[in-house]
Amino acid sequence: MAAKLILSMDGAVLKEYPLTKERMTIGRKPQNDIAIDNLAVSGEHAAIVTILHDSFLEDLDSTNGLEVNGNPTKKHFLQNNDVIGIGKYKLKYISDQAPQSTPADFEKTVVLRSPAKQPAPAATSKPADVAGFTQTQSDLNKPAADAPAEKTGKAEAPQSAASPQAAVVQVLTGPNAGKELELIKNLTTLGKPGVQVAVLTRRPHGFFITHVEGATHPAVNGVTLSDQPHQLNDHDVIDLAGVKMEFYFKG
Amino acid sequence: MRFKPAGVNMKIDEALEIVSRTDSGLVRSHNEDSVASDPASGLVVLADGMGGYNAGEVASGIAVSVVATEIKQRLPGENPADCDEATGEELGVSLLRENIRKANASIFHASKSQPQYAGMGTTIVSGLFYDNRVVVGHIGDSRMYRLRGEALEAITRDHSLLQEQIDAGIISVEDARLSRNKNLVTRAVGIDPEVEVEIHVHDVLVGDIYLLCSDGLNDMVEDEDIQSTLVALRSNLPLAASQLIQMANDNGGRDNVSVILVKVKGKFVASQGWLAKLLNCFKK
Repeated sequence: MAAKLILSMDGAVLKEYPLTKERMTIGRKPQNDIAIDNLAVSGEHAAIVTILHDSFLEDLDSTNGLEVNGNPTKKHFLQNNDVIGIGKYKLKYISDQAPQSTPADFEKTVVLRSPAKQPAPAATSKPADVAGFTQTQSDLNKPAADAPAEKTGKAEAPQSAASPQAAVVQVLTGPNAGKELELIKNLTTLGKPGVQVAVLTRRPHGFFITHVEGATHPAVNGVTLSDQPHQLNDHDVIDLAGVKMEFYFKG
Repeated sequence: MRFKPAGVNMKIDEALEIVSRTDSGLVRSHNEDSVASDPASGLVVLADGMGGYNAGEVASGIAVSVVATEIKQRLPGENPADCDEATGEELGVSLLRENIRKANASIFHASKSQPQYAGMGTTIVSGLFYDNRVVVGHIGDSRMYRLRGEALEAITRDHSLLQEQIDAGIISVEDARLSRNKNLVTRAVGIDPEVEVEIHVHDVLVGDIYLLCSDGLNDMVEDEDIQSTLVALRSNLPLAASQLIQMANDNGGRDNVSVILVKVKGKFVASQGWLAKLLNCFKK
């Protein structure tokens, strides 16, 4: 259950160390939990602090420093398969066990009974993402490669369907005729606020148009929409606030 | 004698538009979240229960109904901006705090008396709107966010191990996204005989949108995406609420997800003179 470190040198595994203590030290001196008798290793070189399922590596002002996955570091939040380098030695961090047994249990909230500290009243804030008036977009289903900092939970989520292919809305009539709008984000609003607005949402299984505001609802291929989202097909023609636009998939 | 303040003032149920949605998600068979709102008293409550079998639903259901029922009974007759003689605080503040405590006691006693409910508990986040302000009471990791202009801000701070680690500088906000220690709350309703309710009062501006949500939303959907959804769909609150739930489900929907949206459409000053108001709670 506990995560572990696998000590190796030149590819040969030397020993495994389960991270069973809240704080484990790595160093040359024998009293370290992970003792590495080598002159390149400081007496007390580094420590690993484990809080439930999370482990943190920190350098204890060692002479020759630490690397994680080839990058020098002073402090690092260890992720599964990280490789800690100390001189010629490598310590691989393995924590691939799911914390709970079944997927349904995975995110169950648990209460910690330890007395809670009084939190400060300030709250976290995020700078505003200034979004366009007629075109508000949000990034959601980024491909995994674009989002290395994706939440662990999300990474393990069953990706039910691949993100839909790229799509475009091209204005067919009115002063903006010929203009194209690529639907690269998950949420794109079209129309004039206060008059008529519709939103195009990109979902795992396709693009949908939904009426947002205005007395008249948009029409697709001449059929006026209800309040429900309507899935768009290639070359559908949208009629919104007197302007016709064509939806089509790209490439 | 009562004076109407200058300018357009609305009754609370006219000044607020409230929409709530709850969904069990794609993985869970039960929905352990509960939501309630009472436009006439300006109250919204959301709770995310925990415990085996159906105990989570029971806990969140008790929490929401105790708070909603008790406050509904008191508020038509009384002014929440008045001073509560018993506590020396505004009535709205003490009503929210005392009723969350009452919910705590109810759940605690139910879990002690019925073995199938042993250990059940719930988070809670609640807002009571009056006099151009909102009193926010919360316990656990259900959140309240505020969209003001185009800026989304969390106005509650989770009672969770992860938040404590962030506060203590053990882990950065960025690293916290990768943590495997999510969903560990350090405070919950119904676990102990007494609980401390975190209460804050915030000024409210016309145009603000308040979002109450269970962690099934903010664990599955990034704050940036919540923000852009609220900005894009602020003119259609029911659609915004459905869209938030849908995004959580499109991203995996591994937890129950609940949202309450409150849009402030007008001012709602308490119907009493400013002098009386000033004197009210400064007399003590």
